[in-house]
Amino acid sequence: MKILVAVKRVVDYNVKIRVKPDNTGVELANVKMSMNPFDEIAVEEAVRLKEKGAATEIVVVSIGPASAQETIRTALAMGADRGILVQTDAEVQPLAVAKTLKTLVEKEQPQLVILGKQAIDDDSNQTGQMLAALLGWAQGTFASKVEPAAGTVAVTREVDGGLETLSLKLPAIVTADLRLNEPRYASLPNIMKAKKKPIETIDPAALGADFTPRLKTLKVTEPPKRQGGVKVGSVQELVAKLRDEARVI
Amino acid sequence: MSILVIAEPSTGDVKKPTLTTLGAAAKIGGTADVLVLGQGVAAAADATAKVAGVGTVLVADAAEYAHALAENVAPLVAAAVKAGGYGHVLFAATTFGKNVAPRVAALLDVQPISEISAVVSADTFERPIYAGNAVATVQSADAVKVVTVRGTAFEAVAATGGSGSVTALAATGEAGLSSFVSAELTKSERPELTSARVIVSGGRGMQSGDNFHMLDTLADKLGAAVGASRAAVDAGFVPNDYQVGQTGKIVAPELYIAVGISGAIQHLAGMKDSKVIVAINKDEEAPIFQIADYGLVADLFKAVPELTEAVSK
Ligand SMILES: Cc1cc2nc3c(=O)[nH]c(=O)nc-3n(C[C@H](O)[C@H](O)[C@H](O)COP(=O)(O)OP(=O)(O)OC[C@H]3O[C@@H](n4cnc5c(N)ncnc54)[C@H](O)[C@@H]3O)c2cc1C
Ligand SMILES: Cc1cc2nc3c(=O)[nH]c(=O)nc-3n(C[C@H](O)[C@H](O)[C@H](O)COP(=O)(O)OP(=O)(O)OC[C@H]3O[C@@H](n4cnc5c(N)ncnc54)[C@H](O)[C@@H]3O)c2cc1C
Repeated sequence: MKILVAVKRVVDYNVKIRVKPDNTGVELANVKMSMNPFDEIAVEEAVRLKEKGAATEIVVVSIGPASAQETIRTALAMGADRGILVQTDAEVQPLAVAKTLKTLVEKEQPQLVILGKQAIDDDSNQTGQMLAALLGWAQGTFASKVEPAAGTVAVTREVDGGLETLSLKLPAIVTADLRLNEPRYASLPNIMKAKKKPIETIDPAALGADFTPRLKTLKVTEPPKRQGGVKVGSVQELVAKLRDEARVI
Repeated sequence: MSILVIAEPSTGDVKKPTLTTLGAAAKIGGTADVLVLGQGVAAAADATAKVAGVGTVLVADAAEYAHALAENVAPLVAAAVKAGGYGHVLFAATTFGKNVAPRVAALLDVQPISEISAVVSADTFERPIYAGNAVATVQSADAVKVVTVRGTAFEAVAATGGSGSVTALAATGEAGLSSFVSAELTKSERPELTSARVIVSGGRGMQSGDNFHMLDTLADKLGAAVGASRAAVDAGFVPNDYQVGQTGKIVAPELYIAVGISGAIQHLAGMKDSKVIVAINKDEEAPIFQIADYGLVADLFKAVPELTEAVSK
């Protein structure tokens, strides 16, 4: 089974982001960038499936600027076999990402596509579901367990009420949630090996991709700041404040 | 143009997320119809027709919708939108809504708008990005707006007082792509996290699942729900559906008590809109104190039993 994994380069989750003073977006100059944490989990799952003998080849795809090569290299160092970068400096919204991925899926013919459940910059949580719809495939979103069998894959999903297990016909789409696995750190020898793995760069025009945004960002602002309150000295004082001042108990 | 709200699956009463989504629909303006789907949903459809301000209730009652599988539900919604000429399709930002809305949007060739926190106009919405550290105002150029609604940002409409009509909708059939195997749902007598008035949440500082019973006792005294940080869920202290945060549940109760939680931005993203925040942490430098209305620097193993006793009086 061939697996395709989609990875996105995003602002590192440890960075405290700042809104630009002109309200056009978020300050991205000189900010540490990393692979979206959910995509690390997606790559790890693919690598584990390959180690178990359930997968034969792992292809990693990113749509983004030239620097997204680094993100692809990280995935290759974790154990993916080759990379594809659809290179663009445009900001690509999930529908366009899904359409681009669809073209690549038709070319690569994977049996399973694994994505992150959401990218932690835009927090959309859309791409996998849209790709599944465009391909007419089944979707296993927010996955915490993935077990392929003959012609199907069982996916356990994190839902509001707890856990739910579905059986999906292959080929299928899976989106990774936090507890699917704990991604490995690439070892130095594997980082060296990854440098020799192939990354193909594709011009979006060659895929007939249309990145015209459907959603226009009019402005980006700071959320209202929450004021810190007071420290209380004892449980008694806390209860008194909650009863008499805040009146919430 | 009118709005179609997709009801949160239920076979009985109308779920709170459906009522808050109708609250967002009221901000957009115009009539709101509601699509109720599932198997054996006649009672739910009748209950929905009584919700204040509801126009028509469209009912799709068929075996293929029993587990609300996205592969079966998305074609139904897309067909209903086309047939009814709706300008907006609204889902609650629950795991049901997040799973299905983008699939519907792709079938209609539109770019969905996730987790809106305010309605600026019929085509312009606010939505939090970067774990709520920035708010984007976005305008949609699509003919149909497919939107998920953040429950904490809108007032629920009244569950009674309406007199909508009920119309059956033709089922769209079994897609044959997926099937339900099993569910492991957390059973609890306590209120649901996303609609509780009070939440007591525990973090890594709790040290074990057994120690969470301490929070259960406090929660029972306060009529509260119990939540957790990601660290507590990852460590296996509590099930996944307890997680509050950027990638868990978004809550805004009147009172949120964070116990042994440091206050990482991903956790704050899920609870910083609570009315009153209390933090109990032994580290006076913990970031949670920067946003807590009342902070208590103390060992939780001493403070929580004391608090439980004090609120019982
Ligand atoms: C402040 C701000 C303003 C913006 N303004 C605009 C604008 O005006 N116009 C515009 O076009 N865009 C704009 N964008 C960017 C664009 O909206 C997002 O990059 C896009 O919405 C992707 O959303 P997401 O990554 O949250 O998708 P999600 O659906 O959350 O992503 C889920 C998964 O899909 C996969 N995936 C997503 N993107 C890629 C990718 N590029 N390559 C490979 N895999 C991927 C990953 O596996 C990821 O985990 C803006 C973004 C921000 C933060
Ligand atoms: C992609 C991504 C998504 C994430 N999503 C979420 C999310 O949705 N929700 C979420 O919560 N996190 C999320 N996180 C994780 C987040 O970054 C933090 O790691 C997590 O919130 C930490 O949990 P904690 O506060 O319980 O643990 P810690 O940070 O370890 O804090 C434990 C606290 O307990 C205190 N403590 C210990 N013992 C005692 C005692 N006896 N008495 C009193 N206090 C004590 C300590 O002083 C400390 O402050 C996410 C991370 C990533 C990368």
